[in-house]
Amino acid sequence: MNKVVANADEAVKDIKSNVTLMLGGFGLCGIPENCIAALQRKGISGLTCISNNAGVDDFGLGLLLKKHQIKKMIASYVGENAEFERQMLTKEMEVELIPQGTLATRCWMGGAGIPAFFTPAGYGTEVAEGKETREFDGEKYLMERWLKADFAIVKAWKGDTLGNLIYKGTARNFNPMMAMAGKITIAEVEELVPAGELDPNQIHTPGIFVQRIFKGVNYEKRIEQRTVRPRS
Amino acid sequence: MLDKNGIAKRIAKELQDGYYVNLGIGIPTLVANYVPKGINVIFQSENGLLGMGPFPYEGEEDADMINAGKQTVTTLPGSSIFDSALSFAMIRGGHVQLTVLGAMEVSDTGDIASWKIPGKMVKGMGGAMDLVASAKNIIVAMQHVNKHGESKLLSECTLPLTGVKCIKKIITEMGMFDITPQGFRLLERAPGVSIEQIKNATKGRLVADASAPEMIID
Repeated sequence: MNKVVANADEAVKDIKSNVTLMLGGFGLCGIPENCIAALQRKGISGLTCISNNAGVDDFGLGLLLKKHQIKKMIASYVGENAEFERQMLTKEMEVELIPQGTLATRCWMGGAGIPAFFTPAGYGTEVAEGKETREFDGEKYLMERWLKADFAIVKAWKGDTLGNLIYKGTARNFNPMMAMAGKITIAEVEELVPAGELDPNQIHTPGIFVQRIFKGVNYEKRIEQRTVRPRS
Repeated sequence: MLDKNGIAKRIAKELQDGYYVNLGIGIPTLVANYVPKGINVIFQSENGLLGMGPFPYEGEEDADMINAGKQTVTTLPGSSIFDSALSFAMIRGGHVQLTVLGAMEVSDTGDIASWKIPGKMVKGMGGAMDLVASAKNIIVAMQHVNKHGESKLLSECTLPLTGVKCIKKIITEMGMFDITPQGFRLLERAPGVSIEQIKNATKGRLVADASAPEMIID
């Protein structure tokens, strides 16, 4: 079993136009920077991207957006990206907005083999249009389906050669669920170690979910809102 | 009239010891600055952090440690970090006692609209739909009127809804209200605001008793 690949270009080399991708991250935190750059270099298009956000104008998924590589975006919040809003309002790109908890759970279900669940989020709103609703114990819920992807691309802090992953801080966010829901899951990590070096008790994503792993380089880790307090 | 910090201060007085609280982006975030003395609350940030601490000192910002508003934050002793599915299990499962969020419009039956202006502005609902559908107690922090002077407290929302019959309390620059079968009920007037002014600025059904006291915020 060899999951280790040399770099991002090798990891994404069989990703073709018109496939569905999941990309981990919340805002610019915990996004697979190396693979996004490789996808931009590769120049494929017609992508359906499932990600909580769409990056900013010149970073994250904004890089793919600017080059019109994304046909459809499935996200929960896209407010930080002016080019995104423009493409959405002019209908150059198709957009499906999903409540954040529903998005997270739908990805998890895709990986866990659960085709649908019932949630109160969005009941009575336009999110519920066309969806089955049901009453349980006097409360109304709507049915949401699982989400799966041809490729899931995640970013972790540490990983080993068997694909076990550990995330750092709030860079964990959507990465663990998306790692579960890809037919092929690609993990880029800041530190790649031989199997056996990570403590099994501390693994967040077990290696069974990961098909390819590589050590990423030159992480920019851009901060969207740098907020600090004065030293008193 | 209250300013943003005044609204946040008044909301902070609603906090109770031991509450787990989710604060939305904007004015709600300011509530964390005014937690009453002697009370311990734990702030949940839906991107995966329980026990959100203050902003870091300059030079100690960590790109891997942000809140749901994408601001750099810190952990506190006893914090925990988790993924988005678990975060919303906390929310959907009713484990978070109080949600404070902003709104573009509210209705006198407790509906809220906060995520979309068709054809003009679409930012997305983020976690707001999950939060309003499941939190036991929801307080809305908002401006009473829009920039054209039109009421945002309506009999029916005109914008796409975030949630239906869910909000419990509203705090604006003019006062604090709860939702009753008779519509908005004035609980407290903001300092210097008359009942007449509140009536003129409220389009939905309003129960405004002359005895509604003036708010005490400090």
